[in-house]
Amino acid sequence: MRIGVFVCNCGTNIAGTVDTKRVASEALSFADVVYATNYMYTCSEPGQQEIQRAIGEHGLQGVVVAACSPRMHEPTFRRAVEKAGLNRYMFEMANIREHVSWIGNDREANTQKAIDLVRMAVAKLRFNNPLFSSKMPVNKRLLVIGGGVAGIQAALDCADGGMDVVMVERKQYIGGKMAKLDKTFPTIDCSSCILGPKMVDVSQKENITLYAASEIESISGYIGNFTVQIRKKATYVNWEACTGCGLCTEKCPSKKAADYFNEGLGAARAINIPFPQAIPKKAAIDAQFCRQLNGKKCGVCAKVCPVQAVDFEMKDSIVTEQVGAIIVATGYDLFDHSAYGEYGAGRYPDVISGIQYERILSASGPYGGHIRRPSDGKEPKDIVFISCVGSRDASVGRPYCSGICCMYIAKQAILTRDHLPESNSYVFYMDIRSPGKNYDEFVRRAQEEYGVQYIRGRVGKIYPRGDRMVVQGADTLLGVQVEVEADLVVLATGVESSAGAGELAEKLRISYDQYGFYMESHPKLRPVETNTAGVYLAGACQGPKDIPSSVAQGSAAASKVQSLFAHDTIETNPQVALVNERTCISCGKCIQVCPFGAIQWKELRGGIKKAEVLPTVCQGCGVCNATCPPKAIQLQHATDNQILAEVNELCA
Amino acid sequence: MKRVAYYKGCSLEGLAVEYDRSTRIVCEAFGIELVEIPDWNCCGSTPAHSYDPLLSAALAGRNLAIAADNGCDMVMTPCPGCLKSLKGAQETCEDPQQRKAFVDLVGKDVDGLKTVSLLQLLYEEVGAEALQKAVQRPLTGHVLIPYYGCLLTRPAQKARFDDPENPISMDRLIEATGATAPDFPYKTECCGATYGVTRNDFVGRLGGRILDMAARLGGEAIVVACPLCQQNLDMRQKQINKYYKSAFNLPVPYISQIIGLALGIDPKVLGLNKLCVSPRVLLEDRTQPDQEAQRVGAAVKPGPNQPGGIAGGESIQPS
Repeated sequence: MRIGVFVCNCGTNIAGTVDTKRVASEALSFADVVYATNYMYTCSEPGQQEIQRAIGEHGLQGVVVAACSPRMHEPTFRRAVEKAGLNRYMFEMANIREHVSWIGNDREANTQKAIDLVRMAVAKLRFNNPLFSSKMPVNKRLLVIGGGVAGIQAALDCADGGMDVVMVERKQYIGGKMAKLDKTFPTIDCSSCILGPKMVDVSQKENITLYAASEIESISGYIGNFTVQIRKKATYVNWEACTGCGLCTEKCPSKKAADYFNEGLGAARAINIPFPQAIPKKAAIDAQFCRQLNGKKCGVCAKVCPVQAVDFEMKDSIVTEQVGAIIVATGYDLFDHSAYGEYGAGRYPDVISGIQYERILSASGPYGGHIRRPSDGKEPKDIVFISCVGSRDASVGRPYCSGICCMYIAKQAILTRDHLPESNSYVFYMDIRSPGKNYDEFVRRAQEEYGVQYIRGRVGKIYPRGDRMVVQGADTLLGVQVEVEADLVVLATGVESSAGAGELAEKLRISYDQYGFYMESHPKLRPVETNTAGVYLAGACQGPKDIPSSVAQGSAAASKVQSLFAHDTIETNPQVALVNERTCISCGKCIQVCPFGAIQWKELRGGIKKAEVLPTVCQGCGVCNATCPPKAIQLQHATDNQILAEVNELCA
Repeated sequence: MKRVAYYKGCSLEGLAVEYDRSTRIVCEAFGIELVEIPDWNCCGSTPAHSYDPLLSAALAGRNLAIAADNGCDMVMTPCPGCLKSLKGAQETCEDPQQRKAFVDLVGKDVDGLKTVSLLQLLYEEVGAEALQKAVQRPLTGHVLIPYYGCLLTRPAQKARFDDPENPISMDRLIEATGATAPDFPYKTECCGATYGVTRNDFVGRLGGRILDMAARLGGEAIVVACPLCQQNLDMRQKQINKYYKSAFNLPVPYISQIIGLALGIDPKVLGLNKLCVSPRVLLEDRTQPDQEAQRVGAAVKPGPNQPGGIAGGESIQPS
């Protein structure tokens, strides 16, 4: 084999701590290497042309590029060698940036390590074989997990493009957190007025199938061909029949059920439709509070229902859907402020969270849009807002900025002034973070036009005095302690990852960070892709986000899906396991260990059984390869011979 | 019988001798054998660690080493200041960069020892339930304010006990004696002890705030677990009254004294007579509900919805 080695300087990224020239000259001494050079930016167009020129000029049959992580540029270089007439798998990459130059300053040691890595890559390349992919049909149906504003946007975009969309939502209604908001910043437009029509669209589009009160049970398959099992949770109401008339709710005698939609500020009935604009507008029973389901005699709702939709015997059911791509838009949860003992650990009713205050402001909220205190229903006069509760605080494990709180506090303070012109609002803040379009102007308006008092400093303690709350904090600009007596304290609780985000990530085989937010494929250049092909991200499941960003990401994810679905077929990855039937001893161990069910029995003539890999299901993990006693099953492009060749070079 | 090494510290030899006495009696009552660390030395307190952190660690560490030599795996100190020094020594010993210097100075490592406060020992090793069962002389009808002070639960990563900002262990122990423990908002506020000598006005203001809030909640006494808090609030109560233009008359007993009282131990043996503000009010038997008890009880039940009975306070005042 005639091999060419190209060592990239990556500007000073690599050349700063690695003698790339020496790496190239050393490479010339390796077996089969006939050409070696270093280059400023190998991934640039002239850099790629240099590779292609060398292939032609020196008759190269394989290429090694020593540069960055293959994650980003392996596809780039594979395309480059393919254009010059080589098979794309006759290419190897040695990572001398992330694994060498960025992690050490010792130039001599770095250079030696880079030489070793290149030697290993060359040794492996000598055992490479051309591999060829086949084509598979793409199922042009999309699954959207999560029916918040990001998921809705993605679903509608794709449905408008004529695709079939399946939407799965854990709650019994879609709309997510945005459905609970009263107004949105920085325009103060009514949240349900702008979201409502989109929610209606979801329910009316014929090519959107909505599974509300449902969760993902399992996901198998791969890009273009996923099989999804959806658990439809028992709502105890037949939604095919339910007309959403609300008679059941009216007559339900269990009047103290938890009101999740109003964040615990009101009380709901055990059978209810969470809010007037709910989509789907169907009733569901909260089994925890239902008398009938808890062994008491009741069944009132079943008696009054004009369409006999109530079914106390209902059980969870599983439906299976086939899709080609998945958009994950599972959103976020809000930090539970009971972690803050100094703010009362949740024991003061007049110390509430931002989302609770949002419900108080809302005309469809527990107090009909009149601002009142939860404790005694009095109209508050002095209201204190505290920012960064569960944000930018490493002591509660939330060192990141939630990004939305500064803005929603400003909005709520403005609305408070609108509702109660005589009231005083105070905001304790660390910094004001308002980098969006028209955002800082909005905060300025709160301060200048609405007279909201901004106090820069943290609050150290909140405690009751009489029937009011005393907020004790610091004003770090004046360098003094301040005490504000308030009727109501609103904590700007921060964003955290959605409950169950980790489990869903494992079902999807996507990665998540230490806070439970899903990882995008590249923080700048692949913001809506995951590292699992065919799975995309939208909205706050990837990190804290406001509505405009979530919607933008929803549309971005939808456009990724549309470009995938623009193809009728996709190429399979040939880096899969392959059985050598002559050495297979039919022990079946590979079938047992395969996590994807990609290996099955194949009967040869005479009834002999051998293992067979389904190349479209195989994910190339290599567990079977490691398990196989006679090494009959080999992972293509990472065979035992190839790995041993690398190890031999390292140990030589 | 559980053996626990006992590091009493300097305060308990002098001003807080009643804390020492009541601690020993209460521990004995619950079957805890206190092994006083032989030849113990000063923990170093504030002067040592402001001069040289390693000196502070070594001073405190020597005591831990002796405790380990005596076969104890738990060290208890009633003083939060000493507790912080002892925990600091353990932290230094665990720190890879300082470990060698520490071991060189102390002569051995102090791994595997658990250092606790008296409150933590009583709360975790005895427990509110066991205390409730052992009560002979219930304090029903009395309203006792739990005051933890600034140091007992903080800094959180060092103390590793209870909620740093809203601790509840003492509340639970007080309730176990039958007394009422109101939700005290200043339970971890500073009493001004550090400035006890140099800036008396600080003690006046900070101590006054604490006494004021305790009185507003209908408290009859402020229960403490720190010799410095006790000294500041009890011995200096007259000074505070002068500064604050008030007439507080609140006894400041230690938690060990309150528990001892509930166990039926003679108040004199517990050293209740050593307090500056007379704790006579605590000796009243209120188990027979009379009008007085009901009145007090009603005033101090500030349900979360209706913090009743408390006078409205000051307005916004950047101070």
